[in-house]
Amino acid sequence: MRKVYNKILSISGNVITVKASDVGYEELAEITTHRGKSLAQVIKLDGDLVSLQVFAGSRGVSVSDEVRFLGHPMQVTYSDNMLGRIFDGAGNPRDKGPQLADEMIEVAGPSVNPAKRIIPKRMIRTNIPMIDIFNSLVVSQKLPIFSISGEPYNELLARIALQAEVDMIILGGIGLKYDEYMKFKSVLEEGGALSRSIFFMNTASDPIVESLMVPDLSLAVAEKFALKGKDVLVLLTDMTNFADAMKEIAITMEQVPSNRGYPGDLYSQLAARYEKAVDFEGAGSITVLAVTTMPGDDVTHPVPDNTGYITEGQFYLHHGYIDPFGSLSRLKQQVNGSDSSRKDHRAIMDGMIQLYAQYIETEEKRSMGFRMSSWDQKLLKYGQHFKSQMMNLTVNIPLEEALDRGWQILADCFTSEETRMRTELINEFWPTNGK
Amino acid sequence: MKPNTGKIIGVSGNMVTVSVDGNIMQNEVAYIIKGDQRLKSEIVRIGDGVAFMQVFESTKGLNIGDDVEFSGQLLSVQLGPGLLTHIYDGLQNPLPDLAEAHGFFLPRGVELKPLDETAKWKFTPSVKAGDVVVAGQSLGFVPEGIFEHQIMVPFDLRGEFTVTEVAKAGDYTITDTIAQVKDEKGKSLNISMSFRWPVKLAIEAYKEKIVPVDPLVTQARIIDTFFPVAKGGTFCIPGPFGAGKTVLQHILSRYAQVDIVIVAACGERAGEVVELLREFPELEDPRTGKTLMDRTIIICNTSSMPVAAREASVYTAVTLGEYYRQMGLDVLLMADSTSRWAQAMRELSGRLEEIPGEEAFPAYLESRIAEFYERSGLVELHDGKVGSLTIGGTVSPAGGNFEEPVTQATLKVVGAFLGLSRDRANARRFPSIHPLESWSKYPTFVDDNEVAAARDMLQRGSDVGQMMMVVGEEGTSHEDFQLYLKGEFLDSVFLQQNAFDKVDAGSSKDRQQYVFAMVNRVLKTNFQLDDKEKARGFFNQLRQLFIDWNYIAMDDAEFKAQENSIDKLIKENSGNEESL
Ligand SMILES: Nc1ncnc2c1ncn2[C@@H]1O[C@H](COP(=O)(O)OP(=O)(O)OP(=O)(O)O)[C@@H](O)[C@H]1O
Ligand SMILES: [Mg+2]
Repeated sequence: MRKVYNKILSISGNVITVKASDVGYEELAEITTHRGKSLAQVIKLDGDLVSLQVFAGSRGVSVSDEVRFLGHPMQVTYSDNMLGRIFDGAGNPRDKGPQLADEMIEVAGPSVNPAKRIIPKRMIRTNIPMIDIFNSLVVSQKLPIFSISGEPYNELLARIALQAEVDMIILGGIGLKYDEYMKFKSVLEEGGALSRSIFFMNTASDPIVESLMVPDLSLAVAEKFALKGKDVLVLLTDMTNFADAMKEIAITMEQVPSNRGYPGDLYSQLAARYEKAVDFEGAGSITVLAVTTMPGDDVTHPVPDNTGYITEGQFYLHHGYIDPFGSLSRLKQQVNGSDSSRKDHRAIMDGMIQLYAQYIETEEKRSMGFRMSSWDQKLLKYGQHFKSQMMNLTVNIPLEEALDRGWQILADCFTSEETRMRTELINEFWPTNGK
Repeated sequence: MKPNTGKIIGVSGNMVTVSVDGNIMQNEVAYIIKGDQRLKSEIVRIGDGVAFMQVFESTKGLNIGDDVEFSGQLLSVQLGPGLLTHIYDGLQNPLPDLAEAHGFFLPRGVELKPLDETAKWKFTPSVKAGDVVVAGQSLGFVPEGIFEHQIMVPFDLRGEFTVTEVAKAGDYTITDTIAQVKDEKGKSLNISMSFRWPVKLAIEAYKEKIVPVDPLVTQARIIDTFFPVAKGGTFCIPGPFGAGKTVLQHILSRYAQVDIVIVAACGERAGEVVELLREFPELEDPRTGKTLMDRTIIICNTSSMPVAAREASVYTAVTLGEYYRQMGLDVLLMADSTSRWAQAMRELSGRLEEIPGEEAFPAYLESRIAEFYERSGLVELHDGKVGSLTIGGTVSPAGGNFEEPVTQATLKVVGAFLGLSRDRANARRFPSIHPLESWSKYPTFVDDNEVAAARDMLQRGSDVGQMMMVVGEEGTSHEDFQLYLKGEFLDSVFLQQNAFDKVDAGSSKDRQQYVFAMVNRVLKTNFQLDDKEKARGFFNQLRQLFIDWNYIAMDDAEFKAQENSIDKLIKENSGNEESL
């Protein structure tokens, strides 16, 4: 039986301090207040003084409330019965289903030995041409969607989840608005994907400290399933909320902030989560797609900035489009070569983007009132076609069809020589109804 | 002396405070005993009866009262034959061995031997009884790959020693005694092929440091011709995320003409190291015919590995570099990213509650960065041979803004600044080194004046380009337009280089000199092009010919043919070629 304490010495922010002995660093405790029970985690040991962050927040905690140490660090259930279930940031069911305690696993476990990693080589098809053709998503990739509030990033995430060729989906909601959460649920339900999904959901009205656990819980469960051979897609939205929650704790603990109030270890903290993405040789994999909203649409803000330094590229979602320029999948070259995709993949990718870049220049010239040559006219037409038939997020077609459509767009706008495509590819792929 | 012991009295993040009575020293290594795990840690501050220690592992589950064993040793690495081809973590734990013993995950509290103690090395003595030697001097050598790995008098031995006995030529392990020496007082010492050295102290067992002047040929044109790096010099590669720092370092680690390459993957992505791990053993080093791995050591402490070990990793890397320099070899060390190392210092400093400097970095950030780069250098050894250690570090500035403490502190001490530009990376102009903002204090192997003239052309071309954005092509004179096209031409055929083309990826010194002369001829020629469309067409054609030329090996018959086509095109379009 673990020791129980009834004297809380101080309460500051969401951090409480008690006098206790034989407590392990990062050990969990359960606090019973008149509001109910909450978990708390040890974040500092100083002699017999123990500081804990209270998951449900310290509001209403009284100095004589009971603190009972559990003797183990944060754990989460792991079982096949989790599929289709919804949990909160403390790992408890938030649907009406039963508590699961089949097997408890450690969260935030050790990192994968780099020597055991393999070079990623499997594409994840999403049926979104802006991803599949231009910035392919790759198994084990970690990739954020950089966006601002108001953009349909959660819709995009839900669609990718629904269409991606993966065995299961783990959705980690961090400070998610309640209606967004409901939308996710209904989209996955309607798409018949709920039964292969697990939710760890912390909504905007739930305790902030709990949101801190969501990535760890999601990734710990993902790791177990991956080791069992499953290809798991982990969706985290919104990681900026996660960083903000860390900021709050850091300030309570009187840590010296480094940049705009964020703690100096923001990079390491984010990296510890994103680096869980992995392809286990001989087993399954974890792919991480996250939403990072950029306060003030500023990519140099510490959260998107540190994220960009960690992830393997990024998708920019701007005005409802995946921006073809800023967006980059750093792993795409591993999968879009002729061996693992169609042989015209790279040519279409490079060729269409170059022409689109020329279209943007022409568009600028036009808006400045410069004269439009016949070549400019062609580019303008091309730009419109590219936007409506490729960039439009409602386009939903497999990679091969998207490549065919690429050729069709080119043929609708240009002669084959004007596209500067290699003759060999022109001969094979140029549509017969083209010019 | 019996090792000291202590007990944990506080834990916060990876910082542990320990009460201890006996004699302890700053940077001493201690082990926290947790069941059968021994968690390595290092003393970073000493108070009254208290040691503040950074723990190189996760501190999860540590308790007040846990036992701590002090080692009496500074944080050190093992030196000796067999280091090459290894992949170590920041504390010299061999990662493949750990993987073999423990599977997918990095175990806590496990330390493995950095070098194989059972392997036999073929030793050839080079001293005899009666010879007088000092630290760093060679007693003999063993073959390690293509190198003669010198077996040296351990660097911590002070004063002169007389060799009393040396092993006969033959096969020995690194723990066998291969020589016996006695010091000035007659005290005998056994020497084996391996010894330890504390990573935070520079190895200075050489005669003197000399000023680096000889270019280190990296085979990257924009570096060698415009912003050269000297053997024994230093350089930094700052740039925003995704600008191409890591790719550039990987290119350098492949093509740089040095004997030994040490890659320190410090706090970055594990996936990037995997590319090296998997590819280097397959790639041939054209200079030796062996694989690239045979000349490489990888120190890998990626972002999710313990942050204190990340802090140590750059020191581990530089110590191994200094060790091989002692053998008269040219060593190139590249650290990606020094900002992550600086951040590790920041995290530690915060936990120690030190007074923070700018952006919460510790006040000693600058001096630490300076000390690190100071360990580079060209040195003359006791036997007259010369060795070099060149250090290049990437910097990842917050927000991509170079006006931040790590970039600024680094710029103060390095000899070359290769600044990467977001715009160039977005425009896919790789390597994305900014040709107008970068600089180097080292001499280039082409004519200085020619380089200055080319840079001037680039600057003027870029100015015209800026102007044209406002006034359009119509408002630009023919002369200015030609300047602009020449700047673009120089950029696309010389500054940019295709890392994915077998031939273009690495450009030898001869080739650079040859091609640069041709590029210069174009820049200096006053072409007879009074129509902008025509001018653009001409430069497009010329560019295409040059780029194709870049893809042809110099010893290929096609090379000359292509050169002739270029020559012909230039002549056709120039009235008075040499008059400009
Ligand atoms: N020389 C090059 N040739 C072609 N592509 C390149 C080159 N350099 C960089 N790239 C492209 O840019 C991407 C990012 O490059 P890299 O990983 O080197 O960036 P980085 O500066 O190290 O970024 P971070 O700071 O996030 O680590 C690469 O994945 C590749 O697509
Ligand atoms: Mg990098």
